[in-house]
Amino acid sequence: MKYIDHNSVVKRMNSRLIVNRILKTLFFLATLFALLTIAVLFYRIITQGVGYLTPEFFQNFGSRFPAKAGVKAALVGSIWLMCVVAPVSLILGVGTAIYLEEYAKKNKLNDFIRMNISNLSGVPSVVFGLLGLTIFVRALSLGNSILAAGFTMSLLILPVIIVAAQEAIRAVPKEVREASYGMGATKWQTITKVVLPSAIPGILTGAILALSRAIGETAPLIVIGVPVIIQFLPENLLSQFTALPMQIYDWAKRPQLEFQNVAAAGILVLMMFLIIMNSIAVFIRNKFQKRY
Amino acid sequence: MAQKDVTGQPSVQELIAKSNSKKQKKVIEKLIPFILLLIASVSVLTTIGIVFTLIVETVIFFTKVPVLEFLFGTEWFPFANTEQQFGILPLVVGTLKVTVIAAIVAVPFGIASAIFLSEYASENLRRVIKPILEVLAGIPTIVYGFFALTFVTPLLQQFIPDLKIFNALSPGIVVGIMILPMIASLSEDAMTSVPNSIREGALAMGSTKLEVALKVVLPAALSGIVASVVLALSRAIGETMIVSLAGGSTPKFDWDVTDSIQTMTAYIVQVSSGDAGYGTTIYYSIYSVGFTLFLFTLLMNYLAHVISKKYREEY
Amino acid sequence: MMEKVLEKASSMNNQSSNIVYNTQQLNLWYGNHHALKNIDLEIKENEVTAIIGPSGCGKSTYIKTLNRMVELVPTVKTSGKILYRERNIFDADYGVEELRTKVGMVFQKPNPFPKSIYDNIAYGPRIHGIKNKKILDEIVEKSLRGAAIWDEVKDRLNTNAYSLSGGQQQRICIARCLAIEPDVILMDEPTSALDPISTLKVEELIQELKEDYSIIIVTHNMQQAARISDKTAFFLNGEVVEFDNTDVIFSTPEDKRTEDYISGRFG
Repeated sequence: MKYIDHNSVVKRMNSRLIVNRILKTLFFLATLFALLTIAVLFYRIITQGVGYLTPEFFQNFGSRFPAKAGVKAALVGSIWLMCVVAPVSLILGVGTAIYLEEYAKKNKLNDFIRMNISNLSGVPSVVFGLLGLTIFVRALSLGNSILAAGFTMSLLILPVIIVAAQEAIRAVPKEVREASYGMGATKWQTITKVVLPSAIPGILTGAILALSRAIGETAPLIVIGVPVIIQFLPENLLSQFTALPMQIYDWAKRPQLEFQNVAAAGILVLMMFLIIMNSIAVFIRNKFQKRY
Repeated sequence: MAQKDVTGQPSVQELIAKSNSKKQKKVIEKLIPFILLLIASVSVLTTIGIVFTLIVETVIFFTKVPVLEFLFGTEWFPFANTEQQFGILPLVVGTLKVTVIAAIVAVPFGIASAIFLSEYASENLRRVIKPILEVLAGIPTIVYGFFALTFVTPLLQQFIPDLKIFNALSPGIVVGIMILPMIASLSEDAMTSVPNSIREGALAMGSTKLEVALKVVLPAALSGIVASVVLALSRAIGETMIVSLAGGSTPKFDWDVTDSIQTMTAYIVQVSSGDAGYGTTIYYSIYSVGFTLFLFTLLMNYLAHVISKKYREEY
Repeated sequence: MMEKVLEKASSMNNQSSNIVYNTQQLNLWYGNHHALKNIDLEIKENEVTAIIGPSGCGKSTYIKTLNRMVELVPTVKTSGKILYRERNIFDADYGVEELRTKVGMVFQKPNPFPKSIYDNIAYGPRIHGIKNKKILDEIVEKSLRGAAIWDEVKDRLNTNAYSLSGGQQQRICIARCLAIEPDVILMDEPTSALDPISTLKVEELIQELKEDYSIIIVTHNMQQAARISDKTAFFLNGEVVEFDNTDVIFSTPEDKRTEDYISGRFG
């Protein structure tokens, strides 16, 4: 006995294919939606802000008057901030990754460390701000300095760097390590002379992407109490400072319409910063990409 | 073997023997794991620091405000001169409004994009679209906040004349756009990890691509997709700058999305950018709100973890 | 028995009506690689046709062309004709989905869906429009019986198909294929991933299925081809070297290359 009537299957086929085509179009439009948003966003910000991107904009401090407002303090502050975040988060992140990939045995403590890292990456940035406020600003009396903000940001992006470094280290094949051990090298020699050099492109790429997240983060800085209007450049790591996203936040909040354009110009500076960093990441990835 | 050669040069093996100061080497090899363990413990200390900070300050807060009032109070008026009110529900509701709107935007669009990328798009198209999605994911939230305030809200006001400058709708939509790439990319990963042989099995029976996608691949990747949605929503709950800029600072216990709201994160920002004196009830209140926020996101991340572990399909 | 042999003999002379697949001057390229060259092959109803040849000879490519699965590789180009029941499968108005509902396929590696056994078998009938639970139940039972696995799984139809052994999974895949009552079943090295005992079971099954279906099987195992097939085609470097009754191919092949391959001198 036949259950399937192939003639009716053929008849239904057409409508099934039409549904397939309609849904395919819908899925494509949904994908297009994201791409379109990004285009509108960039278009808006560029048209609003580009008129304010004058040399003076880079030379002026913050001001109550839109025409005189500039990003000098914020830009310099963001660069100072990166000078703290980059080394601190790299040392902590790569150290942790080496420990987990090369030394950690399978036991409860190390499982806990691993689980803890994945949990940490889900903690909202504003909560890291509260941590920074309590520990660095108050308990360690660093105040709302570059150092306090830098430490807070380092901890915030630490999980991202650890995971990127772990992946890069894991990608170094076992055979290469064995070749090094086979010549009588110690574990630490193997790590520093063989494993890390091949893992560095991957680590750096991940680290730069993490750092560009730190540059754009605003919430922790607000919670720490980083001021906005600052009329001087920082002198050392314990100086007060302001940063690009803080400055943008302040401008965006102001009721005068003029300041919206200033904020857009600030965003353009921030985006250029990010684009430069991401191009470096892409450059490193392409230049040093090794295939085993 | 280890003989000097004719020129009188020592052999390599001899040089090695000379330079190997065994003692120093041994000390380094012993010390290194210990130092690295110390470094690795920083991440654990961070978690402990967060939990400890939040708990201690929250406990102090509860000496000033009763726990029950905090948990079940429907009014949040910390800045009132006479009668301060610390019922967290309005802040939770504000957060939920934004998260639900974000989900309504991000889940269908994100999963649809994932299906398109993994089941329909050619390799070349995928190679163009994926980096653009990554760019979308890399835009700082302050930029999204600015976009919500200066573009999305005015745009929406043309269709909804009653929409206030600060509202739940606009930041909700923009938070949705922000988490969309995360859902799209994690769901696509889950779907592409379904082996092609299974797709071929379905295609060879006369399935259309849509049937393969919806009836075979989607169910097989469901745990990964659900986990990605939960993770993304946890991100939405913790999102700060978009809601601070476009959501307003009026905690309300209702379901109106056209009026000004305040989320948990926005409250913390509001207090921090003002001058809340150290030691005041308001100062401690940001920790209690932060702790609530922390518990919400922790719960959701744990949920995502359990879902992706427990229901992982074997193929 | 005798009748059957006679019938077969007469049907071999009888042209057109009982030809399932008529391949004419088929060429296929993967990019620049010319994988199939001027293939001419006639495949008849209710026979098992084996396709043998060394790795890379195009035998898998050929069988995947018969239901156009080969076109999943984006760079594939074809020329020539394959007439399935006298209709060219490359015709623009011949949908691949329609073709594939009539031509079932069993793959090298068992590839059940990550669903319950029941849902695996019911998948095909469901997408083709059968919703009635009672009919589905009947189809599932009939198909599983047809694939000689009903007794092993009848008590656990709701467990995931991946809980079964490799050999059982492959028979589930055959049952899944039977569920849409195809006309032809294509088998692409269906036993290459199985242990000897499972292989034996699948081979026995093929012998039974032959009564109702036309089967085309690719195999790298010459003994298998000799055991189960009626006709054998020997492929080499994308060409059909020899196509004849299986006993002829294995006893008195015409071509020297066929003889060399059969006797194990290469491959």
